Order: sequence, then C-alpha cells, then structure tokens
Amino acid sequence: MTTPNAAASEVVLSIAHVAVHFGGLVAIADLNFTVRDGEIVGLIGPNGAGKTTAFNVFTGFLKPTAGEVRYRGTLLNGLKPHEIASLGLVRTFQRTSIFQNNSVFENVLIGLHRQGRSTLWDTLLALPRQRATERELADNAHEILHFVGLERRSAELAGALPYGEQRLLGIALALAARPSMLLLDEPVSGMNASESAKVMKLVESIRASGVTILLVEHDMPMVMQVSDRVVVLNYGRIIAEGPPAAIQRNPDVIRAYLGERKKRA
Amino acid sequence: MKRVLPAVWLVVLFTVPLWLQDQYILHILITTGIFIIAAMSLNLLLGYTGQLSLGHVAFFGIGAYASALTTLGFEVELFGGFRVKHEPWPAIVGFFIGMVIAGMSGYAIGRLSFKVRGAYFVIVTISFAEVTRLVALNWVELTQGPLALTNIPPFTLGFPGLGSYTLWSKTAYYYFVGVVGLVAYLVISRLVASRIGRAMIALKENESLASSVGIDVTRYLVLAAVVSAAIAGGAGSLYAHYLKIIDPDIFLFIYTVTMVIMVITGGKGTLAGPIVGGLIFGFLPVIVRSFAAPAVQWILYGGLMILIVFVLPQGIVPAAERWLWNWTFKGRPVGVIWAGGSKPGDGK
Amino acid sequence: MDQFLQHLVNAVILGGTYALLGIGLTLIFGIMRVVNFTHGELYAFGAYFVYLIAATLGLNFFLGLAVAVIAGVLLGALIEIALLRPMRTTDIDTVMLVMIGAWIVMQNTELLVWGGVAKAITTPFPDAPLVIGPVSISWLRVFVLVVALLLIAGSYVLIHRTKLGKAMRATFQDADTAALMGVHIKGIHTATFAIGSGLAAAAGALLGPVFLVTPTMGDLASLKAFAIVILGGLGNITGATIGGFILALVEELGAGYVSSGYRDAMGFLIIIVVLLFKPTGLFARAERVG
Repeated sequence: MTTPNAAASEVVLSIAHVAVHFGGLVAIADLNFTVRDGEIVGLIGPNGAGKTTAFNVFTGFLKPTAGEVRYRGTLLNGLKPHEIASLGLVRTFQRTSIFQNNSVFENVLIGLHRQGRSTLWDTLLALPRQRATERELADNAHEILHFVGLERRSAELAGALPYGEQRLLGIALALAARPSMLLLDEPVSGMNASESAKVMKLVESIRASGVTILLVEHDMPMVMQVSDRVVVLNYGRIIAEGPPAAIQRNPDVIRAYLGERKKRA
Repeated sequence: MKRVLPAVWLVVLFTVPLWLQDQYILHILITTGIFIIAAMSLNLLLGYTGQLSLGHVAFFGIGAYASALTTLGFEVELFGGFRVKHEPWPAIVGFFIGMVIAGMSGYAIGRLSFKVRGAYFVIVTISFAEVTRLVALNWVELTQGPLALTNIPPFTLGFPGLGSYTLWSKTAYYYFVGVVGLVAYLVISRLVASRIGRAMIALKENESLASSVGIDVTRYLVLAAVVSAAIAGGAGSLYAHYLKIIDPDIFLFIYTVTMVIMVITGGKGTLAGPIVGGLIFGFLPVIVRSFAAPAVQWILYGGLMILIVFVLPQGIVPAAERWLWNWTFKGRPVGVIWAGGSKPGDGK
Repeated sequence: MDQFLQHLVNAVILGGTYALLGIGLTLIFGIMRVVNFTHGELYAFGAYFVYLIAATLGLNFFLGLAVAVIAGVLLGALIEIALLRPMRTTDIDTVMLVMIGAWIVMQNTELLVWGGVAKAITTPFPDAPLVIGPVSISWLRVFVLVVALLLIAGSYVLIHRTKLGKAMRATFQDADTAALMGVHIKGIHTATFAIGSGLAAAAGALLGPVFLVTPTMGDLASLKAFAIVILGGLGNITGATIGGFILALVEELGAGYVSSGYRDAMGFLIIIVVLLFKPTGLFARAERVG
C-alpha cells in the first residue's frame, strides 16, 4: 500500500469550521480537516460522534449551520446532491444502498446516468446515436461489475443478493458515477472477515485507479489497515488525526472509546 | 414469443372494423381506446416515476377543452376589461394545442411535486382537478359552463395539394385513435427503456440514492409530468372531437378513478398493464349493463377492484408474466429498462 | 355589518362540524398514514343512519344521532379490519385503490338503498329561529354547535387524558418504539380508524338535518376534511379544530362576498396555496398528535 507524498498532492476536499445544530442538539461542533488527492482517509469515532451527519453535509443532503465545504476549490454549500455528484464527489449509503427491484446490471446502468448524453428527442426518435450510447453504457456497466467482482450476478435481482454482495453493488453504483473522490459509508458493516477482506482489496484498487477515498467505519482492523491517515471524531469535533499507528496509541482516542482498546467499536 | 404477440394483436385490432357490425361495440372500442391512451400516460407518472397523481383527469379535460375552444373559437373578457377573441382554427391544430396546454399544466404539477410529496401530493392533485372542474363550470363566458361546448368539429386530415379527409365515420375515427395510441405507446416504451426512463425509475425507487449518482430528481419528475400530461391532453382532444360535445363533468374524479383502476389492476410500471386494465374496465360496463342498474354496476366494479388488488397486488400483467416467463428473470416483471440490443447477462 | 355577523355566526356553526371531520381525518391520516377516501362516506353514512332511525323508523331523533355515531365507529372498525389490516405491507397507492374501491361500494350502496333523491330529516326543534340582534340562528344549528363543541372537547380528553390517547400519540411519533413499549399497534390502528370514522359520522349526523341528505354529500366532505388536515398539520387536533373554523369562515365569506359558485373551490384553493408555501401545514411546529 503506497502512501502518496502527502505534502505534494493537492487538497481535494476541505472542511472548514463546519457546524451542524439541530435545534439545541449539536451534532457537529467545529469540523476542520482536509483530504488530499490520492489518499485513503478513515473517519472514525464512537457512535453518535457525527460521522454520518458529516457525510450528509459533504454530499449536500444536509445544510450545515456554519462552515464551508469545498471540493477542488468549488464551494459545495447550497448545492444539491446531484450537482455535487456531477462535480465528482460521490457517496455510498449504509442502508438502502442499492435499487432493490432492479437487476444488478440495471443498477449499474442507473449509476452510469451521468455518462449518457442522449436527449429526449434522441430517445423518442431512436436515433442511431442513442443505440450507440446505450451499447457503450452497457460495456461500461460490464466493466464495472467485473471490477467489483459481481459480473456473474448481472442478471439477478439486486434485492435477492446476499448482504455482502449488495454492499459491493452499492460501491459499483457509486463507481459508475465516475467519481474523482468516493465517500464510503461503513462499507464493511455487518460483514464477516472474508467479505471485509474483499472490500478492502477493492478499496485499494479503487485508489490505485486514481480515486481519492474518505471512509467512515467502525471496524478498527479494517480502517487501520486500509487508511493512509485516520481522523477521529468525538462529540462533533476532531480529537486526533494522523497515521493509523499513532492513532491506535493516542490516549485521547483510547479514552474516547471508553478506556479500552477495542477491535470493534 | 414476445415479439410475435404484440404483432398479432396489432393485426387483429387493425381488422376489427372490417368484420365488426355492431356500431355500439365499435363506439365502446373507440372510447376505451381513448381512455387507454390516458391510462398509459398516467402509468408513466404513477407507475414508472412513482408520483401519486390522482388528478390526471385534469390534463385530459384541459386537453379536451383547449382543443375544442381552439377549434370553435371564443371571446372572453379578462380582468381589467381586456377582451380576448380567438377565431376558429382547424381541429387538428386544436389537437396539438390541447397537448401543449395540457403539457404546461403538467409542468406546473411537476414543479409542485418537488415541494410536496407522498400523500400530500395526492391531495394537491385531486384538488387541482376539482378546481379545474369548478372553473370550467363557472367561467361560463369561456366554457359555456354546464351547457357544454357543442358542435365540436371532427378532425380533418390532409396535406396541401393532396386533398383532405374528414373523420366523420366511426371506422375512420377508430383507425385514428389506433394510430395515436400506437404512437403514444411507442413514445412511452422508448422513453422508459432509455437513460431518461432509468432515471425516472431510479427516483421512484430511492430518491436519495438517485441524486447521489447525479440524477436531477426535480428535472425528471417534471419531465415525466409534462410528457404524461401532454399525452393525456391529446387523449382528451380525441375525446372532445369524437363525442363532439364536452361539459365540465369531464373533470369528475370518477374518471381519474377509472384511469387509476385501469393502471393499477392491469399492472403499474408495465407497458401492457394499462392496456389490459383498460380493456377489462372499458368493456366491463358493456357486459354488466345488461343485467344491472348503474348503482349495482359500480358496486361490482368497486368490489372487483378490491378483489384484484387483494389477490394480485402487482396487477394482472406481472402475475401473468410471472406465470408464463418465470424462468427468464426469476419472477421479476419484465420491465424493459435497457434498449441496447443484447440482453443483460448474455455476457455481451 | 349585519350580513357579516350573520356569515360569522354561520361560519362558527359550520366550523364546529368541519372541525369534527378534520379531527377524525387528522388522527387517521396522521397515525396510519392512509389516504382515507372513505372518510366522506362515513359522513354520509352518519346522515343516512339518522334518516333511517328518525325518518324511516320514526324513532327519537336524539337516539338516532347517538346510534349513528356508534354505528360509524363500528363501521370504521370493520373497514380497518377487513380492508386495511391485510394491506399493511403493500404500496401506498395500492392501499389508496382499496380505499377508493370501498368508497365506490359504499356510495353506490347508499344510492341503491335510498335512491338519488335528496332526503330531508325533520327534527324536534321549533322552526322559529333564535334571534340575537341582527343575527338569526335556528335552534337546530345551536344544538349542532353545542354537540360539536362537546365532541371536540371529548376528542381532546381522549387524546390527552386517556391511556388509549397516549398510545395513539406514541404510535404517531414512532410506531416501532411504541410497539417495543408494549403498545398493540394493530389495535391502535383499528381504534384510530374507528374513532376517526365515528367523528365523521357524527359530523354527518349533525349536518344531515341542517342541509339535505344525498348519496354524493360525502365527496365534498372528504376533500374538505383533507383541506383541514393540511391546514392544521398532520396529527394535530388543535390545528384541525382551528382549520375547520378557518375553512368554514373562508367558505362563508367567499360565498357571501365573492361568488357562491366557487364556494366549494375555497377548500381546494386553500390546499394548493398552503402546500405551495408551507408544505407542513400552517401550524408547522406541531407535527404531533395533540
């Protein structure tokens, strides 16, 4: 696992003084960090620390009470989720991560939506350009399914897949949207060791293909192994940041996890 | 098998007027055909895009009135003493104007649905249809109110130089409705199998997920509403020029209910669903009428509706497909979502 | 000014019964999230039942009222158990269709049994109206107002002071948690639908004698009930009460000063306008039962 030269690569995602208040409840107090090009950053923290809220803010599903989120310099505040996705910042979901009632192949096709270029009239008149684009999309879909290892499941109903494969499909869906940065929401939650290992390898392949990754997870071994850098969140603010080894020894982090060095939070 | 069946149907439908003597049945076929077109358009919005629109008859009626008024001409006084006068135009122009104006109201509803979802949207759409009815009823200067718009001329088709043909007979009308229906079917089936259709289906299934991969939910909702409304408006225009008379009753909720019954019992989200549902509920009155009073008929329909929905919640077409083609897609209703040529899973 | 006062008084009386309609539906819609198309039919049922007892059978009018409400409660429970419970897991539009089917069956049964001609119900009240200054109100209407207010108060007591009410409120907020706490959700749903239907029947029973009884009277009632629920916010009975009065006021003033033809459109216009600007209803803060 190669760590890119952190100092040299550009900042891709910058979070500056982001705060989220739900009435009296402070979900995120003051969040500041950056993610650099080509990194895999792990975001961890006890339950309720604000990780999913943070994700929702970064991808436009939630408006922050304060602060700025920038993606490659572009201000994301106020943008809608689909606009943010068009900029290249795509997320996965932990629950309801796929389109249950469509086939695996169709799921990825839907994800490829942004790649298509045909207009309403192309469609209605069934112009040759339409058919060519559709074939191209189909090829892309097969490629992506092959990349995540779900090719042989193409024709099956997404909702009928075993849980682990559904999560893989969720990642395939996000990849189809051609992200330059991927936000993975608990990618291995509920998975056994071999399923987790598969996902870990996939995450590394994705980074190798040039995509920056920020992931939220509870599975400590997984996060520590796959991340270049770990950011620890507690009570809506960052309490520690650094390489995995340092984080694992950090007394504040240990205290945050109830004084025990846990394998699983 | 899948290609042959529709072709056979088309041939059969094409030859009907050649052997059907009963003008009354032909009349039923025509009105049922018109309602099937409206039901197909509702299916696009309700079945594929998942919008609980129960005001569909508003688009139908708006198309009917717009077309009729374009063809008959009108003169009204608007606010501020401003008089607007419109000379009669050819009926076929009315048809397209009907579609455009209905499409515009579809746009309004589509934009509205962005703010208001689920059950609330249902109520808004019902209210919209009711308000339209009350306007048609009360704005007598424009619509003649309950006295109805009468003497609506039939369509005249023709090319300059090639002569023209006016649709006076039922047979001519039957073919015209058939052609419009075919075009509507093709439009909808192409749309649904395209990237645009996939976006609509995605937003029906899971809006957040759809927007997270870059699908502009509002845009596709509005698009679905506009196309759906325009087609319904076209159907309305067909209705107006066929019956040659329309009154505000065309906006009654019961017509929306009829269309909804056709779509849901037939199978929402399938292409054949509205057609099957339409044929059943279009011809049921004919069969039932001979032995039951109107109130009893409606009790039967209501009961039948509830029964079908209890027994076959997905509708008739998916159940039939599941039964016939269980081995192809593991029981999933065959919704054509991809039009590239080779089937998914063929390994290319 | 006199005209205005008269309209105001009429609006208050009408508003009371509208409030009943609204409270009933806001409970059903709020707790069960069902688009209840049969609500208006329960309203009509209430009126027809009073007609049956008081006019056809010639029994005591007040008895008719009481029995009509009870019958409404029972009918509501029946509908819920027979039609809604089995449909718990299906799509919302399929459930809607079942409700529409029930509506069609109910309305046409009334049409079949009683015919389409409007029926009048005679009441034991004196014909001469009560006159207070420039305003005249019939004794029947006074009675209607009193009963409506009593029933509204009764609803409050039910929701806020009884165990059943507490269970209903809990179910409204979070059905899963309520179930974990031992609330019998299925039973709550039946009770909610029954109570809501009973209130609709009460509204119909009260207004039936005031206006006429026709098989289609339920249709407008349904839609007005929805307008009131939207105005007042889902599950909010205070909002529904106030909404009922507001709708009645808008209708009365609209009919009096603008045009009586558009009277019924007022409800729909309210719906559209409110939802355009404030999708959660006028009393937005209170998305809660109570």
